Amino acid sequence: MLLVPCPVCGPKNAAELTYRGETHSRPDPNQATPEEWRSYLYLRDNPAGWLREGWFCSSGCRTFFTLERNTTTGELREPLLPGNKVAGRPISDGTEP
Amino acid sequence: MSNHRIPDAPGQLINRDVPLTFTWNGRRLRGYEGDTIVSALLANGITITGRSMKYHRPRGPLTADYWDPNTTVQVGDEPNVRASHRLLRDGMNVSAQNVWPSLRFDLKSANRLVGRFLTAGFYYKTFMKPAALWPLYARVLGTFAPGGVVDLDAPPPRNDKRYAHPDVVVAGGGPAGMAAALAAAQAGASVMLVEHEHQLGGHLCWGDDTDRAEAARLAHAVRAAGVEVLTDATVTGRYEDNWLAISQRGLPGIDERLIKARAGVLIVAAGTIERPYVFAGNDLPGVMTSGAVRRLITMYGVKPGNRAVVFTANPSGDAAVVALEAAGVTIAAVVDGRLGGNVVAAHGRNRVRRVTLADGRRIDSDLLITAVGWTTPTSLLNMSGDRPVYDPEAARFFPWCPPDNVLATGGLAGDGTTEQLVAHGEATGLLAAARAGVVRHRLQHLTRRAEPVTTPEPAWPADERPPLPHGSHPALFRSTTHGIVDYSEDVSSKDLVQAADEGFDSVELVKRFTTTTMGPSQGKLETVNTVAVLAEARGETIEQVGTTVWRPPYAPISLGALAGRIHEPVRMSSIQPWHEAHGAQPILAGQWIRPNHYGDPESEVRNTRNRVGIIDITPLGKLDLQGPDVPKLLNLLYTNSWNALPQGAVRYGLMCAEDGVVLDDGVTGRLGPEHYLMTTTSSGAATVWNWAENWLQTEHPDWQVHITPVTTGLTSINVAGPDSRQLLERLTNDIDLGPDAFQYMQVRTGTVAGVANCIVWRIGFTGELSYEVHVPSGFGLFVWEQLLVHGQDLGVAPFGLEAQRIMRLEKGHFIVGQDTDGLSKAPVTGLETLLKVEKDDWVGKPEVVWALSRGDGPRIVAVQPTDPTVVPEEAAQIVAAGTNQILGRITSSRFSPTLNRSVCLAQVHPDVATPGTTLTIVLANGTRTTAQVMEHHAHFDPEGSRLRG
Repeated sequence: MLLVPCPVCGPKNAAELTYRGETHSRPDPNQATPEEWRSYLYLRDNPAGWLREGWFCSSGCRTFFTLERNTTTGELREPLLPGNKVAGRPISDGTEP
Repeated sequence: MSNHRIPDAPGQLINRDVPLTFTWNGRRLRGYEGDTIVSALLANGITITGRSMKYHRPRGPLTADYWDPNTTVQVGDEPNVRASHRLLRDGMNVSAQNVWPSLRFDLKSANRLVGRFLTAGFYYKTFMKPAALWPLYARVLGTFAPGGVVDLDAPPPRNDKRYAHPDVVVAGGGPAGMAAALAAAQAGASVMLVEHEHQLGGHLCWGDDTDRAEAARLAHAVRAAGVEVLTDATVTGRYEDNWLAISQRGLPGIDERLIKARAGVLIVAAGTIERPYVFAGNDLPGVMTSGAVRRLITMYGVKPGNRAVVFTANPSGDAAVVALEAAGVTIAAVVDGRLGGNVVAAHGRNRVRRVTLADGRRIDSDLLITAVGWTTPTSLLNMSGDRPVYDPEAARFFPWCPPDNVLATGGLAGDGTTEQLVAHGEATGLLAAARAGVVRHRLQHLTRRAEPVTTPEPAWPADERPPLPHGSHPALFRSTTHGIVDYSEDVSSKDLVQAADEGFDSVELVKRFTTTTMGPSQGKLETVNTVAVLAEARGETIEQVGTTVWRPPYAPISLGALAGRIHEPVRMSSIQPWHEAHGAQPILAGQWIRPNHYGDPESEVRNTRNRVGIIDITPLGKLDLQGPDVPKLLNLLYTNSWNALPQGAVRYGLMCAEDGVVLDDGVTGRLGPEHYLMTTTSSGAATVWNWAENWLQTEHPDWQVHITPVTTGLTSINVAGPDSRQLLERLTNDIDLGPDAFQYMQVRTGTVAGVANCIVWRIGFTGELSYEVHVPSGFGLFVWEQLLVHGQDLGVAPFGLEAQRIMRLEKGHFIVGQDTDGLSKAPVTGLETLLKVEKDDWVGKPEVVWALSRGDGPRIVAVQPTDPTVVPEEAAQIVAAGTNQILGRITSSRFSPTLNRSVCLAQVHPDVATPGTTLTIVLANGTRTTAQVMEHHAHFDPEGSRLRG
């Protein structure tokens, strides 16, 4: 199991966090075309290599943070503190709906 | 007790002072403490321990260790016990599996005569046609299934789990593993040493006096150094970042424990597994590996036969000759594979009687011992991403390049004397401790502390261990005859050649076609022989053929151990003991246990409509919101406007996800200038809390809002019914309940039944005049009982979830998740006035705007069946008359005791959502009924005069 470095709690088992997937910035809701909005909602790049992804420390400090993970080697880069934009999708406590 | 024991000698693990009694297929036998089931059986002269899976050939001990494919038995109510590993206990009832009617006279062995129908891929070729006969085939095949018997009445196994965080885990307690554990512990690392046998020592346990002395020295030193030693335990899997699964048995009071360990460094010291030899008759009882007889003689004092032929190509075979002679076994012949000798066939019916050698000699014997080489159990390395390579000179695989935090040592890594193995182990242990130190530093560095770790990260220690040499070994896999390759699955070398002839050109395909390596031994004994036979059949080398992939688990784990104990948290309100004492029928809603009703939900409805009822609604999600920017958050999360909510008011709101689908709903009240209480649906409490935090943290970190979940901090009671005001007036003196002072959709804080800091608001989910009272939870039960005491003359009675559901349906209030689903965009609710498209931004706005402009989404409507007694089932389809074209479905339905007729909500296509439209509903029994779309969602009191009163 991946060891995920929460910026507040430190390294924790991935099962103690909620994976939020690839991060996307939110388009302006008043300007976005349906294509742009649905790309934000549904389309993911799924790269083989470095990926910026969102995590939620759901069983700990409840911080939302992003980090960069290499999907082929499992390497992680330093986590980033909250405030980074991630695609808004509802999540329940600890488990995906 | 039998003449198959040899005299006591150093190295024996049995305690002759403690005799044990057990039964084998009902026969009473004796053994000693320290025996395995198999050593005790052999000591009693029992040589057939099971029947093979397909052909039902008699089978006896082959390797006499954990991996023995022929000694799987039933012990009491426990099936599939590895009898060469499991220690004998007094009173054990042991029986053979896969035999009928008995072990010696097995009728299914007739399969031997029809073997030509059971060859490679028979699963895919036989029993296929005609398909109509499948049930018959399945029944017949079922009686041939090789497993034991599951006793459904047996008490459940006792399992638990443990988490561990050692610096170093060593898998394997042989000389190299022990030396590695010792060196790592002496270097300051916390070390866990995992050994699958019942004692440390590995192959030294069946070695000579010097070997055993060294094993004892190391085992003592390891414990003295503070290493945590787990015996009868196996590292069964290695996952990302050295997350290890360790199965541990033999603990007091626990059948099997699953340890989840996060190790800094994993040392794999799994040793080697002796490979069986492929030749005609190689599965007859009496054919054993050299390790088997050395174990049986040295560790258990068992004489495995009387007259032996030994086929040896390595020192283990030579040592077997010495051990057999010492045990009084006559050595009929020693055939040296290093000098070109070979065995061709073993003959006999239920046991070896004669052996044919390549030089033409035929020798009478009851034992044929083979020592033809080793398989390296590299599973944990494969799971770490390594792809071991084959060394033809040594005739086995070796590690290639495992990741930096996984190190191999011992026989897995090379050959050598005990001293060389120990030296390599020590070097490995030191390296592991040093690397684990760097890993620990990194983890500490990643953790925020009051005093941050500022020391620079130490350099990653380089691997400067001198490698162990690779000894030379003749490549002996198959003789000139064909025999069994996979003993568990009854796959012969002939089957593999046939598969190759049929065009299965990849080892992975051959595996699936023939099922070789797929049985309980999982390739430990047969993978390399499989590859070698295939290579020979195709005129290729072993390197060219490659191997199948070793995957977790390394050794079987019981499902019970994976499940562990059931830890299912249950939530309940502070009033739950009262509910239980008063006959409440419980209902499980998410994690909550709550009263569904107290015996008669319809009378609960009537009492609430006519007089006054109280319901415990504690599971209602409650979030305390404070800060100057709360209105901004509410404007973002809800679809409607929250700019001008006065202090003392509550407002209903609808929440969407970014795809415009309804996420939740509820009311939020303003308690103070910057203080709000938000309620959510009971099931959505956690979701909405995370949701709000998500938006605050990721999109608007500059907003000043603090969210505190108070769902269980407040006990919530809804006091509903025409007399609810009168009841509540008796219990409060600082809240003016007058209809003008405290209006519908307003909130007050004050004292209820003497309890301060209560929050009371007037809303109307049931459609009645009602007050939701939120009480500090320590006083919840008290306030509940006070309401009942002070309302006795008013006829106050509790009502449950079912009565509330009936009343809200009479009132046409939809429930998110019941009347909406994962595709229901906000316009489905018909609450257009709450969808503020002119508001700058709210979650899901674009999708809702587009859905409104299309106007093509389904709508929630109230539906009245033409026959008032018909209550269509929830999820009953609504179709176009005379067709099966689906136009919608019933989402909620009940019989209304208030209106004395059925009441429904439905989601329908907009074309049939107009009031007055006649709908056709298909009931569960297939009949059709009609219904009318009503003008309002509310079947009862559509004007809302009751709740506003």
